[in-house]
Amino acid sequence: MSGHVHKDYIGAKFGMWLFLFTEILLFGGLFILYAVYLTRYPQEFISAGSELNVWFGGGNTMVLLTSSLFVAISITALRRGAKTLCLRLLGGTIACAVIFMVNKYFEWSAKISHGIYPGSEHLKELQPGEMVFFNIYYLTTGLHGLHVVIGAVLIAWSMFLIKSDKVNADDFVILENAGLYWHLVDLIWIFVFPLYYLILH
Amino acid sequence: MSETTATAANDRGFWGEANYPGIFGWIFSTDHKRIGLLYFWSVLTFFCVGVLLGLLLRLELFAPGETIMSAQTYNATFTLHGVIMIFLFIIPGIPAAFGNLIMPIQIGARDVSFPKLNLFSWWLYITGATLAVTSLFTGGGPPDTGWTFYVPFSAQTSTNVSLAAVAVFILGFSSILTGLNFVTTIHRLRTKGMTWMRIPLFTWSLYATAWIQILATPVIGITVALLFAERVLGTGLFDPAQGGDPIMFQHLFWIYSHPAVYIMVLPGMGVISDIIPVFSRKPAFGYKAIVVSSMAIAFAGSLVWAHHMYTSGISDMAVMIFSFLTFIVAIPSAIKVFNWLATLYEGSILLDPPLLYALSFILLFTIGGLSGLVLGAAAADVHVHDTYFVVGHFHFVMFGGTGMAFFAAMHYWLPKIYGRMYDKTVATVAWGVIIVGFLILYISMKVVGMMGMPRRYYDYVPEFTGLNQLATVGSWILAIGLILMFVNIIHGLFKGDPVEANPWGGASLEWQIPSPPPTENFGEEDPVVTHGPYDFKKAGIL
Ligand code: HEM
Ligand SMILES: [Cu+2]
Repeated sequence: MSGHVHKDYIGAKFGMWLFLFTEILLFGGLFILYAVYLTRYPQEFISAGSELNVWFGGGNTMVLLTSSLFVAISITALRRGAKTLCLRLLGGTIACAVIFMVNKYFEWSAKISHGIYPGSEHLKELQPGEMVFFNIYYLTTGLHGLHVVIGAVLIAWSMFLIKSDKVNADDFVILENAGLYWHLVDLIWIFVFPLYYLILH
Repeated sequence: MSETTATAANDRGFWGEANYPGIFGWIFSTDHKRIGLLYFWSVLTFFCVGVLLGLLLRLELFAPGETIMSAQTYNATFTLHGVIMIFLFIIPGIPAAFGNLIMPIQIGARDVSFPKLNLFSWWLYITGATLAVTSLFTGGGPPDTGWTFYVPFSAQTSTNVSLAAVAVFILGFSSILTGLNFVTTIHRLRTKGMTWMRIPLFTWSLYATAWIQILATPVIGITVALLFAERVLGTGLFDPAQGGDPIMFQHLFWIYSHPAVYIMVLPGMGVISDIIPVFSRKPAFGYKAIVVSSMAIAFAGSLVWAHHMYTSGISDMAVMIFSFLTFIVAIPSAIKVFNWLATLYEGSILLDPPLLYALSFILLFTIGGLSGLVLGAAAADVHVHDTYFVVGHFHFVMFGGTGMAFFAAMHYWLPKIYGRMYDKTVATVAWGVIIVGFLILYISMKVVGMMGMPRRYYDYVPEFTGLNQLATVGSWILAIGLILMFVNIIHGLFKGDPVEANPWGGASLEWQIPSPPPTENFGEEDPVVTHGPYDFKKAGIL
């Protein structure tokens, strides 16, 4: 569109918030299923859930919270003109994302080596409620993991734009939106963690 | 909004200016009008394919037993017919095509809030459509589950449901992005003086629709994603053998798909609400009531999904609650119908083609809506559930409602976009043929459904032969009407007489700019709005 290039900051953030609603509703489907099956199989959920390792889950919670803090500070840093600091902080966020995924890798590998994964022979010997639990556990944490990756890509992309000064102290809505997305990834985990790792013990 | 700009007949407006040569000026354009036309032609193409499949279904049902296709082919054909009509025609139809073409102009904007995202939505739509078509020829062959993809069958059938599920996911994503774009646009880009209570009712209906698109579509996303995972990874969340519950699939499916029927019909209602005042030369009766009822439908419509599941084994209590809520949703729809009639009452009516199609919307939608109440009443539903009565019902609301509104919108707005007029007499004749064919086709279906003929079978008992043949003959008449209508309008758009800025005498903003509109819709200055969209006196039309 020629001529009338006007930036609508509020509009851009408004759009992002709407998109975040849709993400929450996407996970909402899984949370509904969790609630329904938890009511139906409370015993099995507890016996299966207590096999999850609180330390993995708790560790990853700390990692994500830290990463969110980095993002929040990075925006203030950019606004104050501290470009290098901002980039370092965002680098820290991506490092956190990597730690999170590595952690997840070990957690999943441990489960899989015990024969617990969708469609496995061992899983078929468990109670139906336990099968449901592990299936929904893999689906929820898997979908969340996918979002961690997408979020990290968005952050990396913002870093690239900051480096080339396309995103700067006066024009940083892309970073803010990437940050909002990252907070969403964090927020969803804040619900996943207690539901899967804490309340079932 | 007060002065009407005269148009130079040979000024082709936005048609003349493209950023890239040839077809790239279209498929990479971020102009909302070009994207609207991309959607319009793609949607129309799929509509024609869908109609062709519908005609084949009817041909198969011309006589009992195998007539032109086997049972398996028939199953695949009605699945494809349903998927195309729902996901590729009726959901994107009015919002993505006419919403993109007209909505930004109606609120005095130069484009939508996120033009690039808008183009991306269209590409997603095309990707989803391509995958849906690919699913026919790859894997285990065309899906045969019906458009509802119910488990356990959809999880077990060897046909290519997995790819179709991916296609639906992508199409849903496209729909979400359009909704998000429209809500933001309507909040942020209204021009000076365009207060909320001066927004044309078509744009209002898109606003309500866009919220449903944003809030309901993610649920179908996760549902088909879980179906995909169940088929590919074996995570049987809906599989009883693994402790899952197939009924949960139905819940999640309808939590989206009932609100989706309002994604389908609200924009149609918006079209009608915009057309009727113009052709009665009277302000819309009960403007606020129509606005509020749109929002009420959007809200209440999200609470009634389980009325599709009366016979699926939910509790009697749940059946009663959902039946009651379903009746509540009928109220806002009825409010609209009464408001339209009151607008027409004592108006000076111009029986031009857009109004004719709008009137047929009112007739057919009302019949469809009332038969919906028969289905909403649990006791009656148990009798007619999964019969041709249901098939008749939803064709009345979807085709007779939204389909007719789509045709009305074509006849109302396309002359503005193309700057040329079709032949009104032929359009009127085509309308008559369509209505006759439509009524013969779908009333026969309703009657034969009452008599107990189940849906989704390629065969029936000989007693039903007469009515089925009548329906098939109706489908031919309907097809003739459709061909006549499309040929006439397409011929008119390319060869017809040039049309002035305001051929119908509308008072909303799109009629105050030249036909076809210029690239950025408005000249140097943004328009300033001083009166409501149906204030024909202040607009100088009366
Ligand atoms: C000439 C036009 C049309 C004809 C002849 C036609 C015919 C049919 C027939 C015979 C069936 C029932 C198949 C069965 O249950 O065995 C059917 C199903 C269906 N039709 Fe149409 N139809 C037409 C247009 C439309 C339109 C415009 C829409 C939507 C806007 C539509 C949406 C559907 C849907 C959603 C189904 C259900 C498919 C399923 O059971 O999964 N149809 N149609
Ligand atoms: Cu419904």
